[in-house]
Amino acid sequence: MEMLLNPLVLLANFVLVPGLAYGSQLALGALGVTMVYAVLNFSNFSHGEVMSFGAMITILSTYWLKSIGLSISPLPTALLALPLGILGTIGLCLLLDRLVFRFYRHQRASSVTYLIVSIGVMFVIGGVIRFVIGPNDRNFNDGDRFLLKAREFKEISGLSEGLAIKSSQAITVFTAVIVVAAIFWFLNRTRTGKSMRAYADNQDLALLSGINPDRVVSITWIITAGLAAVAGTLYGLDKSYKPLVYLHLVLPIFAAAIVGGVGNPLGAIVGGFVIAFSELLLTFAYKKVAAYLFGEGLFGDGLLQILSTDYKFAVSFMILVVVLLIKPTGIFSGKSL
Amino acid sequence: MNKPSKNAPARNHIFSLPADWSAHRRNLVLACIMALMLSFVGFVQSWNLAFSLLNMCLISAIMSLGVNIQWGYAGLFNAGVMGFAALGGLAAVLVSMDPVPSAWAAGGGGISLGLVIGFVTICVNIYLWKRARSQGKKRYWLIGLVVVVGYSLMRMTIDPSVAAIEAVDPAMTGYLGGLGLPIVLSWIVGGLFAAAAAWVVGKVALGLRSDYLAIATLGISEIILYVLKFEDWLTRGVKNVNGLPRPVPYEVDLQEATWFQEIITQFNLSIVEASSLLVKLCYAGLFLIVLLTIIWLSESALRGPWGRMMRAIRDNEVAANAMGKNVTSRHLQVFVLGSAVIGIAGAMLVTLDGQFTPTSYQPLRFTFLIWVMVIVGGSGNNWGAVLGGFVVWFFWIEAEPIGLWLITLLTSGMEPTHWLRLHLIENAAHTRLITMGLVLLLTLRFAPRGLIPEVKR
Repeated sequence: MEMLLNPLVLLANFVLVPGLAYGSQLALGALGVTMVYAVLNFSNFSHGEVMSFGAMITILSTYWLKSIGLSISPLPTALLALPLGILGTIGLCLLLDRLVFRFYRHQRASSVTYLIVSIGVMFVIGGVIRFVIGPNDRNFNDGDRFLLKAREFKEISGLSEGLAIKSSQAITVFTAVIVVAAIFWFLNRTRTGKSMRAYADNQDLALLSGINPDRVVSITWIITAGLAAVAGTLYGLDKSYKPLVYLHLVLPIFAAAIVGGVGNPLGAIVGGFVIAFSELLLTFAYKKVAAYLFGEGLFGDGLLQILSTDYKFAVSFMILVVVLLIKPTGIFSGKSL
Repeated sequence: MNKPSKNAPARNHIFSLPADWSAHRRNLVLACIMALMLSFVGFVQSWNLAFSLLNMCLISAIMSLGVNIQWGYAGLFNAGVMGFAALGGLAAVLVSMDPVPSAWAAGGGGISLGLVIGFVTICVNIYLWKRARSQGKKRYWLIGLVVVVGYSLMRMTIDPSVAAIEAVDPAMTGYLGGLGLPIVLSWIVGGLFAAAAAWVVGKVALGLRSDYLAIATLGISEIILYVLKFEDWLTRGVKNVNGLPRPVPYEVDLQEATWFQEIITQFNLSIVEASSLLVKLCYAGLFLIVLLTIIWLSESALRGPWGRMMRAIRDNEVAANAMGKNVTSRHLQVFVLGSAVIGIAGAMLVTLDGQFTPTSYQPLRFTFLIWVMVIVGGSGNNWGAVLGGFVVWFFWIEAEPIGLWLITLLTSGMEPTHWLRLHLIENAAHTRLITMGLVLLLTLRFAPRGLIPEVKR
């Protein structure tokens, strides 16, 4: 029994738990990308930097809250500051729409034009972030580090492998579930949500039936900004905040959105988890698992790692290529928003 | 003002003056302003700096020509310029460095065998994918099995060889080295490398939604960079490759040459400065030859039937398709050509630097900056792309001193140790990111046709 439980715990510790957390972060990010895609019809490359911006506002608010002595220990103060981060990001997105994107919407510009515009926006936001907070690493998680420590787990279960759950991972999954549930309730049950879906489905028809396009677009930006701020903060809380990382995060997020089927919220969530788990499964060193199952020394000195951890980001690209080759419309094709 | 009539005979010669002289005069004025700015740097800062700026401007111009071929001619968005440029740099290393015989003896055979196995696996997969179409679900399992077996075999042959190669004098070599050929050859090889990578990406992503190409190219460029950073047996990874051979003489040799010393005495120059100026001039000459060749080729293509077809495809894909043009394969062709030009520029850049540093490839510097060049210069116009390369590179380098100067000026009223002043000065380098973004957005909004707009033909 222990022979089977130990490798399972090992996998849970290094793949399942981090995968759930990372997958939730990617899913929230991909959800934002997919919303913009469905309603405004373009790939928003600046989404990574918008996430970073949300995290930055949250961090600055955290510092401010701590300076006036507010804290919700053992939870990180960042959770208290998150609403401020969301508000700041919503402000940013509405401002960007008013100053930049609205012009192209009225022109009915092609999606590639939008794409280039969003890259310009990405430049500017990235520059502002680095200008305000600097490019360095910041750890702003001041709550309890662990929900379950590896040593405690070993004592309770009597196994030789430990299972650790970081509190940031638990918070991530919990928050993601709440946010996703709220989004789906909004899209499917409320009048505004339905009008958004109608607008995404057929713009002209929606206009004919009296839906106010400016309102739909504003609400889309508000939701996207909220999602981005939450995703950015959770990622920063889990792995520490570094502005440059968010630029690279765009690739797995887009891969997640495409794998699931762009414009489809459920697809974005599934895609996020597909990408996260493939990254972890393909870069995990199976040496210890094999040792438990088949005894030491059967496979020699190798780590039994499919891909070196250096190539973590390459995994999302490979999955993207496979999906583009086999089913370019994604897993949940044919249905949007 | 005499406008050309509709049925004026088409000009055949590329460098002849256009009928619409006023537009051409504007372009000449713009080029003169650029030359003046470079000479201003020469007079104010130093001529050495001016000439290194000129060299980098020439390379940037070639890169933006490559992007212009893809974007301006065909409307294809390549977000992976960095990767193609890096492949060019790899070509410079592989062509010009001397081979390391002890490393080849240690693991050359294993690596070659492993690469062959990998190649065979891919070929078998493609064959299976095409032939086993009738097998239904079984096809996926078959391919999965081939991938697993092929990949395991490849890793088993490559891994020990990689370790052996990297153990060969890691401080000096630790990699296979190159072929020891003249580095100028690598400019062509770099183009071929980039073209091959572009062909693979294009095969996968072209013909689908237009943004997929952007995401796929972004991905491939990241992967190319990871390979260059972490496969030490090929590129020495983050240990960098230094001391690449040069196509031009070394300063030290010039300083010792008697003919050079004799010439120098005619002018009022120090010998050290003069030798480095001459080296930079030689580079500039070589780069200028490449630039003019590429412009000549692409302008002739643009004027011929091929160019008309590309414009037709860009402006209305459906109509061009209906006229019997194979849109996807034309897109693939133009994408490969543009990437090859970027690869050539990448090889030239490494040649100029004399070293290959994989960590220096940043998407902002290599992908998005080139985009700003094309859009500011005027997409669809080769001369515009060249001017854009010059102008944007000039300000990319000069924005930092200008920004620092501006901030120091603006905060001069504050106390020298005020926290805001210190913070602003410390982060002044990031202003150029904001500046470039704003330049891109403002150009797109208010002058979407750029400095030298595309000529209506």
